[in-house]
Amino acid sequence: MSSAETSTSAGASFGGMAARSSAALNSDARISVRNLDFVYAPQLAKSLKSINFDLPERQVTGMIGPSGCGKSTLLRVLNRMYSLYPGQKATGEVMMDGKNLLDDDVDINELRARIGMVFQKPTPFPMTIYENIAFGVRLHEKLSKSAMDERVEWALTRAAIWGEVKDRLQASAMGLSGGQQQRLCIARTIAVKPEVILFDEPTSALDPISTLKIEELIDELKRDFTIAIVTHNMQQAARCADQVAFFYLGELIEIAPAAQLFTNPAQPKTQEYITGRFG
Amino acid sequence: MSATTTAPMLGRDIAAARALGRRRRLVDNIIRWACLAATGIGLFFLASILFTLIIRGFAAIDLTVFTRTFEPTTYGDPEAPRGGLYHAIMGTLVQTTLGTLIGTPIGLFVGTYLAEYARGSALGNAVRFVSDVLLSAPSILVGLFVYQMVVLPMGGFSGIAGAAALAILVIPVVVRTTEDMLQLIPNTLREAVVGLGAPKWKMVTLVCWRSAMSGIVTGILLAIARITGETAPLLLTSFGNNITSFNLNSAMASLPIAIYQQANSGFPDLIDIAWAGALIVTFGVLAINIIARLLLGNSK
Repeated sequence: MSSAETSTSAGASFGGMAARSSAALNSDARISVRNLDFVYAPQLAKSLKSINFDLPERQVTGMIGPSGCGKSTLLRVLNRMYSLYPGQKATGEVMMDGKNLLDDDVDINELRARIGMVFQKPTPFPMTIYENIAFGVRLHEKLSKSAMDERVEWALTRAAIWGEVKDRLQASAMGLSGGQQQRLCIARTIAVKPEVILFDEPTSALDPISTLKIEELIDELKRDFTIAIVTHNMQQAARCADQVAFFYLGELIEIAPAAQLFTNPAQPKTQEYITGRFG
Repeated sequence: MSATTTAPMLGRDIAAARALGRRRRLVDNIIRWACLAATGIGLFFLASILFTLIIRGFAAIDLTVFTRTFEPTTYGDPEAPRGGLYHAIMGTLVQTTLGTLIGTPIGLFVGTYLAEYARGSALGNAVRFVSDVLLSAPSILVGLFVYQMVVLPMGGFSGIAGAAALAILVIPVVVRTTEDMLQLIPNTLREAVVGLGAPKWKMVTLVCWRSAMSGIVTGILLAIARITGETAPLLLTSFGNNITSFNLNSAMASLPIAIYQQANSGFPDLIDIAWAGALIVTFGVLAINIIARLLLGNSK
């Protein structure tokens, strides 16, 4: 994809992204973030400073950086998860289909149906496997029993867990293993048919085999979904992502195609981080 | 301490270390025996209460206790009809059930407000404080309150006043357990629900309550156990009755008050019936507690 070639790098300072011309941003972006600032509380310093970047349609954008750099915060801005917590505030633009998602008149529930999220720890609901998938679908659609059955099977199949659970759909989801629970959560997210899926360190609580399955799944899902994945694991970013964004101290230092960012980063700070000198 | 140095010990240090060791063992023993003695004293009284209850209760209890209502003393006449506690059992069932039905939803919603909506707010902290005070308030105060608010305006003692007093006692227990159980739910679960596009009320009612259900049910059962044995608030509200009454507008019997009145009567046959009633209350509450523990155990 052409967007993957759109390597951009910051100017002289770490905060240089704000000065970047928007012409450099690619046109088939599913979500475009412009001049995004974020604070956790009014009296605190900004946790995100003037962030500009795009999530290209049907590509995987990896987000890396040391703890506290703002990558998870950014992810939680994209589906406005932060608005659960009073005091947290995002300003700037998160454009999707010509609409700023940060505007007050955005239907936040509809927004979250379009931008799904998978969390660090598997969070199965205390109900059956079937109900876990049907729960989210029912929030937005009225389906007949047979249509719902189909949707559940479709979602579980796409999440590569159908074979393991098809004989126990009415069993509690709490009885699944951690890796199965996480794939169930992915199935639950895609069952709502979102356009964008945000993964917040989806494998950091899983064993290597489960991690591999999730990574293969992400690779498969990008045929239909636009994906952003926050990860602490640089190998994972290199394996999964088409473009990778490096964050440091609330700023976007560099965003580039994965191969380029890991082999030939434009910024010295990126170089230091990927070679393990800090973080 | 010299005992912790790595240098070789001198004779003086060894003696000091031994003295220290002796002192520590002595303190250890004193504390241990003090704990055991206190446990023994507590268990002694508990066991003697239970022993007396079981001996006297089982001697007095038979099927007629469950089927007959109050009769005056027989004066030792074996031909005279012996009374029972049917009226009191029914009265307790009616008032406890009504009190639970009224108090539980209120407590559930207040607890949910505290855990899901009021986190850290001044109003929430005030509500929590008042609820905790109510939790430990003497129940006679609740009786007095309902006497003032319900009995006097209605012009007399009534079953509904008794149920109201019991409901007020149920509320703080349910508030506390509901809030505690909801707070055990990790925020990530809440985020997962709203992350699918669910409104907050669906998050609370469909997922949070379900997650906390066994804990909340346990709290409700403990509240029922508490009000089943309450006497003081009922004295001032439903007053007690010697006949079976299901009329909520008139005085209504209850087990604790029947026990209180018949134990106070001075007639051995009535005192026997009081023991039977005490046995029924105790085993009823015990059964509820066991169910509550089983439920709580299953949730872990």
